[in-house]
Amino acid sequence: MVSWRSLSLPARAAAAALIAGVAFTAVPARADDPTVRITIKDHKFDPEVVEVPAGVKVTVIVKNEDSTPEEFESTELRREKVIPGGQEGTIYIGPLRPGSYEFFGDFNPKTARGRIVAK
Amino acid sequence: MLATAIIVFREVLEASLIISIVLAASKGLAGRNTWVGGGIAAGVAGAVLVAVFAEALAEAAAGMGQELFNASILLAAVLMLGWHNVWMSQHGREMAKSVGEVGRAVAAGDRPLYALAIVCAVAVLREGSETVLFLYGIASTSGEGPTAMLIGGATGVAGGVALGIALYFGLLSIPMRHLFTVTNWMILLLAAGMASQAAGFLVQADLVPPLGDAVWDTSWLLTESSIFGKVLHALVGYVSRPAGIQVAFFVVTIVVIETFTLLVARNGEATRKMATR
Repeated sequence: MVSWRSLSLPARAAAAALIAGVAFTAVPARADDPTVRITIKDHKFDPEVVEVPAGVKVTVIVKNEDSTPEEFESTELRREKVIPGGQEGTIYIGPLRPGSYEFFGDFNPKTARGRIVAK
Repeated sequence: MLATAIIVFREVLEASLIISIVLAASKGLAGRNTWVGGGIAAGVAGAVLVAVFAEALAEAAAGMGQELFNASILLAAVLMLGWHNVWMSQHGREMAKSVGEVGRAVAAGDRPLYALAIVCAVAVLREGSETVLFLYGIASTSGEGPTAMLIGGATGVAGGVALGIALYFGLLSIPMRHLFTVTNWMILLLAAGMASQAAGFLVQADLVPPLGDAVWDTSWLLTESSIFGKVLHALVGYVSRPAGIQVAFFVVTIVVIETFTLLVARNGEATRKMATR
């Protein structure tokens, strides 16, 4: 039986690359979850308060209308994602317990603030 | 300028602490500075590359390219850290005895040095790519001008490095016979923490189930946003509200690495006993 430890370094690199290649092409689409949209403009989120249903997975689509990248981050939601300028980013959250979860733009933390309210 | 310094400081801090532990854990290994330096340089180059290709990466894998990339490099670092600990359980005792001898070379055979270089590269790449993107954004829009940005950025880097240096010399003050035991534990926790981070990215990409939104909530006590929280996050993988699967990855990593470490140590013990008969 082949074990990781028995492989030479090139073999390990090849195995890792193979696994990564498969993973990169095999991500499922999620068209059926509730979706909310947030826009980043002038280093601010719009809307700043987003309501989502509690207890289910939710798809958050963040559109960065600024020309510079922003990092959507939330310690309460355990999410961090860089959204390049002019691009859209998809972030899956939930299932969430009812409550308020703050998020912010890590690159512009003073102005880019918001929260997700799960009901 | 201050805002830039603070943000860069927080990003650099985590990488700096990891590099310090790696340096302390590899004290005495010939060529260690070259390898670690090389790892850092590769990490910086990688960070710039990732930042330049951020748009393509973000769009890859149905929009989950970032998450997959982050999880992959973190898991690669976990593997390298685990291998280091297993290697140390074989050779650690020899090293602890002979460190300090001039011109001493470590036992021939595989060394974990390139593994540690990879760990440093991953640590720098992870935080570095975000830092590069952040600085690019500041440079594009800020009215302050490049000088203020450079000073702010350099200050942040200096602050992060300073804390790393403090940790390094703090570790070196530990008596030699105990140093590797301590660094082995720290590397074990580092690996477990990185595995838990990787799990977080896999949950974010919706590739694994969270297995519970918050197994515990100690955010009232300490959050990852504070400096101390970030330090604890970097060193032992502290998360104030972890997903169940993050805890699982953490525990499994410790169990697997410790199992291999003990197996190899026991094997080495049996071989030594036979050799001295």
